[in-house]
Amino acid sequence: MNDVLLNIKNLKTSFRIKDDYYAAVDDVSLTVRKNEVLAIVGESGSGKSAFAFSIMGLHTRAKIEGEIDYKGIDLAKTNANQMRKLRGNEMGMIFQDALSALNPLMVVGAQIDEAIFLHNPKSSKSLRKKQVINLLNQVGIPRPEKTYHQYPHELSGGMRQRIVIAMAISNQPELLIADEPTTALDVTIQSQILDLIKELKDTIHAGIILITHDLGVVAEMADRVAVMYAGQIVEIADVYTLMENPQHPYTRSLLNSIPTLNDVKEDLHVIEGVVPSLQKLPRSGCRFSARIPWIDESAHEASPELHEISPGHFVRCTCYKDFYFPEQAEEERNYVAN
Amino acid sequence: MWKLIVRRTLITIPQILLLSVLVFILAQAMPGDALTGLIDPNIDPATIEAMRERLGLNNPWYVQYFDWIKGVIQGDFGQSFRFKMPVSELIGDRMINTLWLSLATLILTYLIAIPLGIISGRFNDTWLDRVITGYTYIGFAAPLFIFALIMLFVFGFQLSWFPTSGSVSPGTEPGTFAYFISKVNHLLLPALSMALITTVSTVQYLRSEIIDTKQKDFIVTARAKGASESRVYNRHVLRNSLLPIAAFFGYEITGLIGGTIFIENIFGYPGMGELFLSSISLRDYSVMTALVLLFGLAAILGALLSDIILSLVDPRIRIK
Repeated sequence: MNDVLLNIKNLKTSFRIKDDYYAAVDDVSLTVRKNEVLAIVGESGSGKSAFAFSIMGLHTRAKIEGEIDYKGIDLAKTNANQMRKLRGNEMGMIFQDALSALNPLMVVGAQIDEAIFLHNPKSSKSLRKKQVINLLNQVGIPRPEKTYHQYPHELSGGMRQRIVIAMAISNQPELLIADEPTTALDVTIQSQILDLIKELKDTIHAGIILITHDLGVVAEMADRVAVMYAGQIVEIADVYTLMENPQHPYTRSLLNSIPTLNDVKEDLHVIEGVVPSLQKLPRSGCRFSARIPWIDESAHEASPELHEISPGHFVRCTCYKDFYFPEQAEEERNYVAN
Repeated sequence: MWKLIVRRTLITIPQILLLSVLVFILAQAMPGDALTGLIDPNIDPATIEAMRERLGLNNPWYVQYFDWIKGVIQGDFGQSFRFKMPVSELIGDRMINTLWLSLATLILTYLIAIPLGIISGRFNDTWLDRVITGYTYIGFAAPLFIFALIMLFVFGFQLSWFPTSGSVSPGTEPGTFAYFISKVNHLLLPALSMALITTVSTVQYLRSEIIDTKQKDFIVTARAKGASESRVYNRHVLRNSLLPIAAFFGYEITGLIGGTIFIENIFGYPGMGELFLSSISLRDYSVMTALVLLFGLAAILGALLSDIILSLVDPRIRIK
């Protein structure tokens, strides 16, 4: 396949806690193609952001193992200088909280200008200013000339997120990583920002990694979805397959926990427990087993692998075959009894 | 912007008024008055009483206050009974000396604090940082007057690198280059002694600000844009970390006043601080009140300066 942009093999990102290293991203293999939106879904603490930061090389104190092949360059092994040339140039990143992601003491125009200047140090100031105004137009800022000279605290949350996006796309990146771009925004602004990202995808044809915990966002935006749990990918499929035919217990539980208008009478479905902390994470066996204790131990694999159950649809562990929701079983029993 | 500065400046007027009242009342509350020092068994108490009446010392405090403040506004702080000359004339030269000493100390303070703070903050928890923080702890623990005495002993008396008292060598002609060099030479040791101690709080402050700022999200943004580490530190971390240092500037001035009182006495440097202590011990009231008023004024203006600087460098504070 020629249109593969990013080919990640066995990526392992570990952080040092006291004297030991603990993997936050554990043996992740993924590909991102050009002009594709790959969504990465999971709860807080499942390693999504650590994964994104590993690609961008933004971890300052982490051990990164494995291979991150970006157009023939292994980002996991490249030197700081070469990485810097790629960062912000060929790879852009959109951050979650736009207020804290912007320097409070610089006007937003100058911050976008810096992103252009760093990769085109010879371009003239007036040319860059024109480019910044164009970018501001492109991300839907109503009065770019005025906004150029405003400070982040003078803008609304939606406007700030647009600035962060403008900064990320300022050098027409081929790979765009959006780390929960809409989490900090209210719902109406969220859909505007998502529309904007979709629009940009069509104009700059970048490969986009969209990190989110919002399955609504996934359904709207993604081409393919990778579900992450405790640092591992537990299921990958294209978005239709994943939404229509989810297999892994974790994916099914996530989808099951979305409230629908049809079951008003019922309580919200929740997944009991939380993602274990790095230190407490079991390193062998099915990592999700602790949160589905009603499933028999024998259903899990000893060392769970990703199984391709249909072309392009991978599921980790064998427990998906025997998985059921306890309340479903309850209903069925009631049905049989009646 | 201007609105803020004007508004902030207007606030200092009631502050200064309150200060003058306080200074006056405190002076009044002290036992004795300007004539106490003159008491001589040969003088008839009735004469002294008459003199008190004539000088207005028996008037109620507010009448005395208005008499005093009227003079102060015109630059008349009264007479020093010790030197038998107008207080304003007496303070004039010494104020210039103290200003030079304070300025030299301030410059040295920042010359030491900024590089040390940056190194310590950027490379925190390395051996270099430990050396610098070690120095700051010693600086915090060492009393200024002891440290100044050691400096004076080592560099003044033992090594004879610097003069041990005065503000200029006798016999040099004002206005000449030799006079200027002599002034600087006399300034250097006291200023350095004070700066080495007062700078430690600024070093620590800058260090913790840099450590704090470098973990902020916008620093990650700057890296994600492709900025080099040196650019990240120079353009993004440093400016944001210097804000509180600018805010601290006014308090630095207040600290300087306290410092000069010690330093000038130890180094026999003829400035306001030296005059202040000797005036207290000799009950030279008019000089004392004038000096306290000036010190207070300097503190108020320092705070004003801080706020103005902060509003200039931090856009979030500007009021439209």
